[in-house]
Amino acid sequence: MTGTAIGLAVSVFLACAVEGVEALTIVLAVGTTRSWRATFTGLGAALVALAIITAALGPALTAIPLGVLRVIVGGLLLIFGLQWLRKAILRASGLKALHDEDAIFERQVAEAEDQAPLDDQWDPYSFLIAFKGCFLEGLEVVFIALTFGANQHDVPLAAMAALVAVATVAIAGLLVSAPLSQVPENTMKFVVGVMLTSFGIFWGGEGAHANWPGGDAALAVVVPLVALFSLGLVSMIRRQNLAVGAA
Amino acid sequence: MNRIRALAQFIWDFVVGDDWRVALGVVIALALTALLHTWVPLALLVAAMLAFSVFEVAGEARRRPPGRRR
Repeated sequence: MTGTAIGLAVSVFLACAVEGVEALTIVLAVGTTRSWRATFTGLGAALVALAIITAALGPALTAIPLGVLRVIVGGLLLIFGLQWLRKAILRASGLKALHDEDAIFERQVAEAEDQAPLDDQWDPYSFLIAFKGCFLEGLEVVFIALTFGANQHDVPLAAMAALVAVATVAIAGLLVSAPLSQVPENTMKFVVGVMLTSFGIFWGGEGAHANWPGGDAALAVVVPLVALFSLGLVSMIRRQNLAVGAA
Repeated sequence: MNRIRALAQFIWDFVVGDDWRVALGVVIALALTALLHTWVPLALLVAAMLAFSVFEVAGEARRRPPGRRR
């Protein structure tokens, strides 16, 4: 397996695991407080909708010429990656609240308990919340897996990494039966932001006819540079905050 | 019509996110790369956009009264 393929698999796994943890929190919150049957039906409906989107988009993406695909996907990954990275830097600098699955779980439970009481037949609230949560988180999983896979001409590897990530989170959720608050989600989001931004720079540049020194090997330089630059920003903002706090 | 508007809003939020200037900057950076056939403007613009975006939030946070931060 090449370095780029390993980078692809790790990026897709981490991004999909993060999205999986967020979806699991929603499923556990509505399932434990209201109705497991409606929650699992909502989850199943979301998976079917995602499968249809994947089946439609997958072949369409692989039919696009590689140069065009790389500039479009590189641009989208850059936009996605910069948004992730921006939030991760702000969290690491203390300017944005850390993502806390326990707190999100408690909020979801409180909202679920405020809704109309359950009747014996069917709970549309659980269905809708589970469907919406899993569909939206799943859409990001599909987008990341398809774009990474199509760009590297290795959709099976990306799909496998995504499936392993989602299965790992689902099994861990079943075993723990609680939000996976021990998962270092904020660190993972920082890493994913770095990876998405780096792949976005690399593929976007290649698609726009930039010649990277060393070809694919340039990616091994871009990733640590983006990571170091981001950590440098965190350090600068922290120091500024300390200076303002001391003044 | 409302459904089309809602779908358009969803796609906008999904793709562009909460800072449209980043999306615009990425488009400009890629256009410059295609024009000049070099990775330099892309790398510099991405670094500048990220730094500007986080320092802007940091500046706003510092200007806020201490009790209202975050």
